[in-house]
Amino acid sequence: MTTGVTTSAKPKVVVTGIGAAAPNGVGTHDYWSATRVGRNAIGRVTRFDPTPYPARLAGEITGFTAADHLPSRLLPQTDRMTRIALAAADWALTDAKADPASFDAYEMGVITASSSGGFEFGQNELRKLWSMGSQHVSAYQSFAWFYAVNSGQISIRNGMKGPSGVVVSDQAGGLDALAQARRQIRKGTPLILSGSIDAPICPWGWVAQLAGGRLSTVEDPERAFVPFDPDAAGHVPGEGGAILVMEDAERAVERGARAYGELAGYGATFDPAPGSGREPGLRRAAELAMADAGVAADEVDVVFADAAGVPELDRVEAEVITGLFGPRGVPVTAPKTMIGRLCSGAAPLDVATALLAIEEGLIPPTTNTSPDPGLGLDLVLHQPRPASVRTALVLARGHGGFNSAVVVRGTD
Amino acid sequence: MSGRRVAITGIGVTAPGGVGTKAFWDLLSHGRTATRAISTFDASGFRSRVAAEIDFDPEQSGLSPQQVRRMDRAAQLAVVSAREAVSDSGLEFVDLDPHRTGVTIGSAVGATMGLDQEYRVVSDGGRLELVDHRYATKHLYDHFVPSSFSAEVAWAVGAEGPVSVVSTGCTSGIDSVGHAVELIREGTADVVVAGATDAPISPITLACFDAIKATTPRDDDPATASRPFDRSRNGFVLGEGAAVFVLEELGAALRRGAHVYAEVAGYASRCNAFHMTGLRPDGAEMAEAIRVALDEARVDPTDVDYVNAHGSGTKQNDRHETAAFKRALGEHARRTPVSSIKSMVGHSLGAIGSIEIAASALAMEYGVVPPTANLRTPDPECDLDYVPITAREHRTDTVLSVGSGFGGFQSAIVLARPDRRTP
Repeated sequence: MTTGVTTSAKPKVVVTGIGAAAPNGVGTHDYWSATRVGRNAIGRVTRFDPTPYPARLAGEITGFTAADHLPSRLLPQTDRMTRIALAAADWALTDAKADPASFDAYEMGVITASSSGGFEFGQNELRKLWSMGSQHVSAYQSFAWFYAVNSGQISIRNGMKGPSGVVVSDQAGGLDALAQARRQIRKGTPLILSGSIDAPICPWGWVAQLAGGRLSTVEDPERAFVPFDPDAAGHVPGEGGAILVMEDAERAVERGARAYGELAGYGATFDPAPGSGREPGLRRAAELAMADAGVAADEVDVVFADAAGVPELDRVEAEVITGLFGPRGVPVTAPKTMIGRLCSGAAPLDVATALLAIEEGLIPPTTNTSPDPGLGLDLVLHQPRPASVRTALVLARGHGGFNSAVVVRGTD
Repeated sequence: MSGRRVAITGIGVTAPGGVGTKAFWDLLSHGRTATRAISTFDASGFRSRVAAEIDFDPEQSGLSPQQVRRMDRAAQLAVVSAREAVSDSGLEFVDLDPHRTGVTIGSAVGATMGLDQEYRVVSDGGRLELVDHRYATKHLYDHFVPSSFSAEVAWAVGAEGPVSVVSTGCTSGIDSVGHAVELIREGTADVVVAGATDAPISPITLACFDAIKATTPRDDDPATASRPFDRSRNGFVLGEGAAVFVLEELGAALRRGAHVYAEVAGYASRCNAFHMTGLRPDGAEMAEAIRVALDEARVDPTDVDYVNAHGSGTKQNDRHETAAFKRALGEHARRTPVSSIKSMVGHSLGAIGSIEIAASALAMEYGVVPPTANLRTPDPECDLDYVPITAREHRTDTVLSVGSGFGGFQSAIVLARPDRRTP
């Protein structure tokens, strides 16, 4: 290898297809139609009776009937999150006008994130195990609940044999998956399906999330998840996410695909150990992503906030944003206030939303929150804000100290 | 390509047969098996009742009572192994830039033991459909999301760079190391504490593998129950364990005078896009992963001195894999020793890929290839040199280690002596 100055620019990676599934809209069209006008979809849990629990609200996907999208043989072997993910992958490929049959099998891969696997499937089999005995456990349990299931099933359904993977970093993992997809595309795989769908809304998943101590116990659906608000008291969990078609930009142009935009920058950090007194890592993640994208603060047109809804975490995030962009220096939004936090599905959905915002020139609103003015955020509230959006910063954090940031940029 | 290369400078292993890398290598190099009748719970209702268990006391291994309380066993194994790896590498905390230090931990099934036990309690033995949150441990969320494993390791080693769990089923332990290598090569990190862990020996795991007859029913002879490549093989033996490495940018490692076990020279993962648990007998996708990994390592197939096989001991795997080796290595597949340490330490799902990388690095270190224990009756369909029964002295400069898992994942990784390759 020579030692000359051969630093060629890294290949661009673009998003050419979006498959979104969210509580306020299933399918990209319905999701964006609802989100751009701020339609809330948080309500009392219907999947099970939440009465015994201190938290009773969720963002549930309604109007998704798996049998309409998948062959019947797949139904007994899949958790809800896998069914939605398979459908979302189909929608993303259709949106990208990418027919897997027209690619070499090794030229396509699948890289998803998961936070907790097929938890409802696991719950049902655990119940059979402990109430009826081990002989009653499903033959599908060995793979239907584990974290790799969505990547595996999507690759099988679409005949994708290229580099595949699964990353788990709680609610930041969705961005880490997109970054890993970009990495593999840059190494030579032209197309990767990436993103995440999570759906752990079942009693067992509920109890596990309650143990995390961050679920809001507020009863009013419009006041339960209010990040940056003085009354913030946790979040409402939701289900869904997004699967994206990501491609090498040149290859996408060659096949005549339309690109929503480029995954231009990424950074990931981890917070110092509790009690160390060192600074949390979110700001560094954002700075790394912006440096990676080669964008200065004044080029960022909107920030999609992590919006934890926990006062201390909200304060940290607000300080990062005002520190990077100045007080009220950049529009900030958190459309997840309409639907709750979708585990690892949230951040890929935010990336999809950012790309749709770029396409339409419209920043979708943050709903329900009345932010503390002292935080210094220009939060886009209640109404969508028309704006020329070319570059967006998406932030995501996970339990334990995971921080990830992505910069997306519209194509010219 | 940046030209940055990646070295293994520290190894920590907590595997069946003994805690620590020394005990692990002692077991392998003597060809002893650590498979036995399950002792940690009453397994009498199950079809397969053997496993490779670790006699592991977390406090004796240096964890505090509070760490023990909050961590699932898999996390405990990972943290103990990570500490051994860092100590072995000779790195001190003061040497590390936290921002340039990452963690990647592989795990196929996360906190299975913790979840199984907690579900039993909150459902009151399966009676309650609306499980009772008032009986849940405070740490249940950390079992819910296995990302907690990498968080624990990051705290233990002071990492503040990229931190994640890689979970690709039974190739997780290879893919986690492969991911770490990519992070160092691209310049995102200079040091990554990488490896994998799983502690799946629990009723729910036994039940799900019983249901598909993936595990062996050879309950009457636990010590020889794991029989990769043997004609009498009839399923794998579940195991548990962890292996964690310190991976460093090679130049920095050499400058500080670190002991370099091996360079991780090439890595690739492919999918069979065929079936969640089934394998086509031709091994084409694993062969492709091997081909790409060797190519990345710039290693000719004929230079592979030892193949550390997946060798799970199921009928279909060992046939699939033998075909893949022939396809990828050609005639050389018949000349190079191939062995499966799962014959001794069982199959610890996501962890085993890293444990096998540890075995591969130690084979290079000591010039000894670990055997395939219990291989006494050859299978005409598995006709390579599997190093039966007894370890073999064999100069090993280049190792290929592979894995195959549910979901269709096929991964390959190449270790080589850094001084043997021209940069």
